[in-house]
Formats: sequence, structure tokens, C-alpha cells
Amino acid sequence: MTKIDSKTPQGPLAEKWTNYKAHQKLVNPANKRRLDVIVVGTGLAGASAAASLAEMGFNVLNFCIQDSPRRAHSIAAQGGINAAKNYQNDGDSVYRLFYDTIKGGDYRAREANVYRLAEVSNSIIDQCVAQGVPFAREYGGLLDNRSFGGAQVSRTFYARGQTGQQLLLGAYSALSRQIGLGKVKMYNRHEMLDVVIIDGRARGIITRNLITGKIERYSAHAVVIGTGGYSNTFFLSTNAMTSNGSAAWQCYKKGAYFANPCMCQIHPTCIPVHGEFQSKLTLMSESLRNDGRIWVPKNKKDAEAIRTGKLKPTEIKEEDRDYYLERRYPAFGNLVPRDVASRAAKERCDAGYGVGTTGLAVYLDFADAINRLGKNVVEQRYGNLFQMYEKIVDDNPYETPMMIFPALHYTMGGIWVDYELMTSIPGLFAIGEANFSDHGANRLGASALMQGLADGYFVLPYTIQNYLADQIQVPRFSTDLPEFKDAEKQINERIDRLMKIKGKRSVDTIHKELGHIMWDFVGMGRDEAGLKTAIEKLRTLKKEFWSNVRIPGKAEDLNVELEKALRLADFIELGELIAHDALDREESCGGHFRIEHQTEEGEALRHDDKFAYVSCWQYQGEDKDPVMLKEPLDYEFVVRQQRNYKN
Amino acid sequence: MDKNINITLKVWRQKGPREKGAFETYKLANISQGSSFLEMLDILNEQLINEGKEPVVFDHDCREGICGMCSLYINGHAHGPDTSVTTCQLHMRRFNDGDTITIEPWRSAGFPVIRDLMVDRSAYDKIMQAGGFVSVNTGGVPDANAIPIPKKDADLAMDAAACIGCGACAAACKNGSAMLFVSAKVSQLALLPQGRVEAARRAKAMVAKMDELGFGNCTNTRACEMECPKDISVSNIARLNREFISAKLKD
Amino acid sequence: MWLLNSSIGKKLIMSISGLFLILFLVFHLCMNIAAVFSEEAYNMICAFLGSNWYAVAGTLVLAAGFIVHIVYAIFLTLENRKARGNDRYAVNVRPKNVEWSSQNMFVLGLIVLGFLVLHFSQFWYKMMFAELTGHHEVELGGQMVGTTMGAEFIKYYFSQLWIVIAYLAWYTALWFHLTHGFWSALQTIGWNNTIWMNRWKVISDIFATVVCLGFAFVTIFFYLKSLCGSACC
Repeated sequence: MTKIDSKTPQGPLAEKWTNYKAHQKLVNPANKRRLDVIVVGTGLAGASAAASLAEMGFNVLNFCIQDSPRRAHSIAAQGGINAAKNYQNDGDSVYRLFYDTIKGGDYRAREANVYRLAEVSNSIIDQCVAQGVPFAREYGGLLDNRSFGGAQVSRTFYARGQTGQQLLLGAYSALSRQIGLGKVKMYNRHEMLDVVIIDGRARGIITRNLITGKIERYSAHAVVIGTGGYSNTFFLSTNAMTSNGSAAWQCYKKGAYFANPCMCQIHPTCIPVHGEFQSKLTLMSESLRNDGRIWVPKNKKDAEAIRTGKLKPTEIKEEDRDYYLERRYPAFGNLVPRDVASRAAKERCDAGYGVGTTGLAVYLDFADAINRLGKNVVEQRYGNLFQMYEKIVDDNPYETPMMIFPALHYTMGGIWVDYELMTSIPGLFAIGEANFSDHGANRLGASALMQGLADGYFVLPYTIQNYLADQIQVPRFSTDLPEFKDAEKQINERIDRLMKIKGKRSVDTIHKELGHIMWDFVGMGRDEAGLKTAIEKLRTLKKEFWSNVRIPGKAEDLNVELEKALRLADFIELGELIAHDALDREESCGGHFRIEHQTEEGEALRHDDKFAYVSCWQYQGEDKDPVMLKEPLDYEFVVRQQRNYKN
Repeated sequence: MDKNINITLKVWRQKGPREKGAFETYKLANISQGSSFLEMLDILNEQLINEGKEPVVFDHDCREGICGMCSLYINGHAHGPDTSVTTCQLHMRRFNDGDTITIEPWRSAGFPVIRDLMVDRSAYDKIMQAGGFVSVNTGGVPDANAIPIPKKDADLAMDAAACIGCGACAAACKNGSAMLFVSAKVSQLALLPQGRVEAARRAKAMVAKMDELGFGNCTNTRACEMECPKDISVSNIARLNREFISAKLKD
Repeated sequence: MWLLNSSIGKKLIMSISGLFLILFLVFHLCMNIAAVFSEEAYNMICAFLGSNWYAVAGTLVLAAGFIVHIVYAIFLTLENRKARGNDRYAVNVRPKNVEWSSQNMFVLGLIVLGFLVLHFSQFWYKMMFAELTGHHEVELGGQMVGTTMGAEFIKYYFSQLWIVIAYLAWYTALWFHLTHGFWSALQTIGWNNTIWMNRWKVISDIFATVVCLGFAFVTIFFYLKSLCGSACC
């Protein structure tokens, strides 16, 4: 089996990035003007990369699926962004942020990448402040911090409950400036449908103009994918409605490896599902766990009474409550990492202690915080989240505890990239959540924003030059080349095929079915039999989709159902790959929990001797099983341990 | 307690920007009051698809009130009858059994209709491109704590920065004015020392672009503020006026 | 020129001209109140403001203020209608806390202007204008009256019920126009923030009420006076 080379630079951990930058190839200003870069996506990673590349002098073509780059789903991140500033003098450092991230990721991330991430984290905060991001401040005028899951220091910077929004608007403003200056050409309401490879290198993309339905071709010297994750494979997730895995999936089908697809994060604090018609789930920020305490009734009888509406949570006495996170993990308590908190909630609900009408919910209680700090302070900290909750659930969280349940939120897996963020296809780069990332098997809270911006502002603008330096002699490509024509033809055939099915089921009903299969068999607890069932069911569902989907309207027109169908076709295939990967990884780590592999106390049990690698899946063709290649994760600097959040 | 209700919808259908639109009436039965307004529209679309008709086109994305994509004028209110919410956060418990609900797109010369309830808001992007930024490149900036900022200013800046660019302000304004949107960005950056440096230039450039794009003149009706899902205050408009007038007087 | 080209510039012209007219209203009110206390004093003021060069100049400036305010109101309203687009909302509800007057300033302005024409034909045309065209006496209800005898004019007109009612309606429209116009002018100049917003609105209401009640008081005072005839005095 071929071993995959991550091109990690040699040398001591702390010097790798500095050395890399000192020795990498650069492109001089005159040549930058002659080089075009396509950036797909305008989230934190895409917008920051597009803006930074344009500032440097490259010509950037930027594509966005929404009507404006400001709407990318990064905007929905609430809690904050981590950085190793140590402003609170609580012992933080680059090394500690690195270590927490590696440990939080259950030792399945690449050491050198994570260290680089921790290193540039501080520059991100500086950059954002300079852009006018209104981070929360203390009365002395300096920046405030809060603490997040998986860390014992307060290193999270925040802007109320809207940190993602403020950071994205910062990147969007930088991007807007470059659009105004003519250095970035912006294409709104365009969806990438394929990547075009010429002589083994990524040279362009095919898009569908979502307003006219026209298939369009764009060429460039390099292509950057920043299209986010694929949580919507599960239908119900906290992702936005248009968040999809198609761009990444097309890269995979063109030869880019897909890494660790089974590593999906299930966020513990979401508003529970309330009915069949539900279209998406809403996240309640992890920051709530700073002051909120999670509990279920200690007695099954009480839980049952609550479910049938006979008892109110406030009527349950203190001694009859089970603060199970505090009980199981005394050292971290309610601030254990997400995977741990999610599994613990599932464990309680499976055991019959769940609350809410469905029994699939636990309480997040602020009564103690309100007693300790006063309602005003709580309102100041979480007011907008409380309001959001009340609007959705019609229940006042200041008086009755919130109900929460885990939901799909983020995918650590994604397109495989090397140290330079280049995929296995030369000239094709992946940044942000779209790549398989620095989060290993589990991402810590407030680290997604950090990684997106690190990639976009401070990593890719350097590493891409190492590639582009060799491209300065390459003239611009015509989009009339046969490779472009072929790609467009294939897309048109695919769309034709879909339009001709004229079946009976809407896209959404099939997507919901996909979601049920994924959640039931490839969700929080996975086992061999279930995963095999899932693969069977997914294959049947694929047939059902391709023979029974109904898409009204025309292809060459604004057609929302066609857009959704194209995405769903990829989600079904992606779901199967997730199941394959989950089946192959016979261990539990981070967000991937195999029921067969757990400690006596029900904690995730890793098998470092056998699975200390990144699984990189290679596409083999339609209806053929993919092949897995391995990138070994040799830890030089950190000793792997059983993750312990107990003491 | 949420129940199931029957409703009648009057939905604006329009094929394209230059084509004539009209209301279509649809009946929906057994809609749970616990569902969101957009989930109700999903159910309508499912029904239309099953009947072999084209679904209603409307903008939406995050469905948690932050991306600013959803944009419906419901029963005479931008984002519907509830306060401080976007359309996607509006729930059916705000409506009663037997209600007729009228759904229209944003109507403003600055936001031409693309189809049905979907409008083109790229004008807001253009205003941002004219000056809604601090002119700093990536890298080479001072430490984040180098310039202390009074908490009050940071909080006020954050209040203004909460704008989601949904366009409800211009849609609700009888003058089709975009002043609340522009003033929110100008205020946010004018309040912070980092943005102060080019505050005058920014105010002039953004107002000039706003005027050029054909948005109306503010007459301080405050409808924008009342319909804003993020409660952006018109005191920002006063600040924009101040910034603009003093910038012009200094020229 | 930014004052003429930019939206905020145009609004500033509305704002400044509006504030100028507000000042004039205050002055006019003081003058009227004087009539209540002493008709002679009032006539003196009228004489003072007759065809003297400073009064004429003042009138011209005042007229310019009016014209600018009106022309810009028309201009801005047309622009705003265009910005609203061709399709109107089928259902449009005035949001809570939006003053009715704020959305109807143009209509209110038209009403005010309409009565202004009446007012001019009754007073100014027969007083200053007559004087300027070389007359020293005009006919008023069958009698010849001196053009500077303002009190006679007041007594004559305000003894007629329909005129009194018309004037009271006028003050009402003016009240609505002022309650919004006053704070709106300050908002446009930029002298506002979240704290002052409510203060200005209260001040606007009080100011508009005082001014309009003042005018109404004078009007009613003279009407009642005419009813009881010389018996009261």
C-alpha cells in the first residue's frame, strides 16, 4: 500500500513553520499580476483567502452560493475564537493551545499542522481587531476572554454570541475592499459543479449560475476549495440549508483523496427535534456550558413524569437531579469536549432518563448561575441566545431550564491536504472545514473559526506561492479546451438524466430518508452490523433517488429543486463513504464511536497500534468500492494518552 | 400550547424581474404551530411539487436568524408580525386557525425581484465595496491590545455591527432608503479607533454609492428601526449624518 | 456641490429651512399674543413690519425659506416614490411606534400650505402687499381699513365661525407636521443619540403643542370677543 507523504518540513516542532516560510518559493509582484486563482466559497476561509491573495496582487475569482459573500455559514458560529494570547495570565501558550487541540482531537491530527495553527492564532486576533471587529472588552479597554470546552485556560475571544458573524463580516469587508479595487471578481449565486483537470493539474471549475441555470466555465492557475463541511448528509444538522459536500465530492471524484470521512462532530447543545416537518436544527452556543449545568432526573419515574407533562423540571429537588457530567468528569465538569458531552447525553437518554416529550433531551440549567451572578449578568452574557431559544421553543430559559440534545454540527473529515494545504491533485487546495483539517477526530469549541481564518489569512497565502512560483510561465487557459468541454458535457448529461426521471418523490423526502439512515446507523454510536446495514440501505436509496426523484421546472432556469437534487446525489454517495470509513476504523476516537470499542466506563477506546493514521479514500469509479490509502500519524513530540477529563 | 391550524396563503408569484406578478392563493391544512414559518413554506412547496407545480422560490439559508438571507414581507411587516426576529425565526404560533397570510417580496427599487419572493440585494454589497471596510492588508498590524477601546464604544460598535444586511430597513421604508444599513456600518467603524482613521472618507463614499444606486432619502419615520430584526437604532443614522456633514464641511 | 447632490445634503436643506420656519413661527406667535394684550401694540408691530425695507427684505428671506422647504419637499418626495419602486405592497401595516405624522409629512405640508394661501389672501395681501402697491387703505367687510391696522383684520376675520374652524384645522395639521418635523430636523443635522432621541421627541411634542395652542388661543380669544361684542370690553 502506498504511504502518503504529508510534506511536513523537518526540524523541531516550533521551528517548522518559520523554516518553511524562510525557504519556500515566492512569486514576485509583477508575476502575481499574471496569475489567476479561483477561490470557491466565501466563508471565513474562502473570504479571508480571497482577500489576502488579492491584496498580495493575484487575480482572484471568488464564487459564492448565496446572494452575497456575507451570508456564508461561518456567520452562524456563536461562541468565540481561540488564540494563545495568554492575556488572562492563566498559563496559556502556543504549546498549550497546540497540546489541547491535539488531545481534544483524540490524537488523530497532524502534529505539525496543529502547531502551526496555534502559532498563527495570535495574528488572527490582531488582524481582526485591526479590521474593526468589535470583540468584547473589559472596562479597562482591553480584550475579554471566556473559557470553552476542552481547555483549562480562558483563551476564547468573543463578540457577544455572534463571534462568527463579526469575524466573517471582517473578512467580508476585506474582500469587499478588494472587489471594489477590481482585484477580486465576485460571482454570487454560483455553485461549483466540477473541477477541471488539465495535464494532472487543477486548472478551472464548472459552475451553474443559480439564477439563469446556465453552466459556466472558469479557468485559473490554481483552484482553492473553501466550501465547508458535509454535515447535511444527515439532513438534520446545524448547518445552513445550502451547506453541501458537492464541491469536495467532485474533487474526490476527480482524484483528490477524501480523508477521515467518518469523523463527524455531534454538538451536545442543540435545540431538540420537535417534529417531522423540521428542516434544520439550531445550535445553542457551547459558551452556555460556562455557566449552565447539565442534568437529568436521577429517578426514571421522575423522567417519565416529565415526559408525560405531569412534572415540571423546577419541581425536581436538587438531590433528585443527576448532574451527570459533573459526576463523571469532576475535573472538567460541564466543560468536557463536545464528543464526550454528546455521548454522555445519549447514554442518559438511552438509559431512559431523557426529558422532553420525545425523551430525547437533557436539561441545561441556569438557575445556579442566575442565583450566583444575577439575572443581569446572565442576560448580558447570553441574552441573545436566550431570546433565540425562547422564540423557537416558546419557553423562558430564565425560569425553566433549557432542553438540549446533540446534533450534527461539523465535519472534521474532508479533502485530504498536505502541509501546504494542497490536495493530492496538484494546484487544487482545500481550506477551512472543507479540508480534513487540524482537528483530528474531534474539534474543540472555538477552534473552527481559528482554523478557517488561519488557513485563509496566514497559511494558504504563503503555501500557494510555493506552487504558483512554478506557474509564472504558464499562460492563461482558454475555457474552450477539450477538458472544459468534456467536463461541461458530463454535467449536462447528469442534469439531463435527473430531469428525465420525473418520478414521484420530492428531493427533500429522499434527503430525509438519507438523514434517518445516517443518524440511526452512522450516528453517535456505530457498530459493524449497523454500518453494513447502512451501506446496503444507502445503495438502495441511491437507486431509489435515480429512478424516482421528481424535479419540476426546467434545467436552464432558476430551479431550486434541481440544485437540491444535484447536492443530494452527492450526499448519498458521501454517506456511503462515511459508513465505509466508520466500518474500517475499528476503534473509537473523538467523534467516531464504535460501540464494540469502549472502556468499561463507556469512554472511547483508541487502538493506536493499528489506527494511528489518516484514512485517505481514493475514488475508483461509479459503483466501485473506494480504496483506502494511509497517512501514518507518527507523533514525534506528544505522547499519546487515553484522554482523561476526569481528574 | 401549540396546536395544528388551517391557513390560507396569498403568495406573490412573479416569473422574472420584468414580468408581471400576481398573488396566488393556497390552502394549507394541519400546520403545527411549533413549525417555523419557512417550514410551513417547505410544506407548501412539497404540496406544490406533488401536484406537479413549480414550488415558490424564496431566499433562506441559515434558518437561525443570522445570515440575513430570508426576506419576506408578511401581512404588511418585514419579517412578519413578531418583533426582533427574521422570517426564519418566525413561528406559526403567531398565527391562528383560519388566518389568511399575505406573503410579498421586499418591494423597493433598489431590490428588483428575481423570482416570486426572491429579490436581488447586491446593491448592499456594492455599498460595502465603496467603503465599508478598514483599509488594512493581512499581516503587519499591531497587537490586538495595543489600543485600549472604552467598553462603551466597543459595545456601541457591536450594537451597530449586529446588522445582518437582510434589507428589511429599505423594504419597510416608505422612501426606499438604505440609511439604517449604511449608518450601521459607518457607525461601527467610526466608533472604533481602527476605523476612525478613514471615517470621513468612508461616510462620503458609502453615502455617494447609496445615492447612486437609487435608494431614497431618509425622512426619519423610524420604520426601519421598528422592523429591523436586529434592533439597529436610528441613532446610527444621526451619527452617519454627523459624520457625513462634518466630513463635507472639512473638505 | 454636496448640499445639492447628496441625499443627506438635500435633507440638511430641508432641516435647516424647517428650523428657520420654526423660528419664524415662534416670532409670529409672540406677535399674535401681543394682540391679546394690546391692540395698539399689535398695530405698532404691523406698522413696523409694513413696507419698510427691512421688513420687505425679511419677508423675502422668509419667502425664500418657504420656497426652498416646499420645493425640496416636492423634489425629495418624488425621488422617494421612485426609490420605492413600481409595485406597492398589497398589505402594509404601520409598525408600532412609528408616528403617523412621520409617514405623512408631505400631505400635512400640503394642508399647511393650502391654508397658508388663505391666510396670505386675508392678511398679507391686504396689508404689506397692498402697501407696496401704493395703497394705504383696503376694503374689509364693507369698510375701509388702514393697511397697518392689524388688529382690525384679526377682529374682522376671527369673528366669522367658518374661518375660525378653518384656522383651528390648520393648527392641527401644523401640530402634526411640527411634532415630527422638529426632532427630525435635529436628527438630520446629526444632533441625536439614543438618550436624546426620547428627549427630543418630548420636546417636539411640547413645542408643537405650545405653538399650536398659542395660535388657537388667540383665534378663539378674538372669536369669543366678537360674540360678546363691546359688552365685555
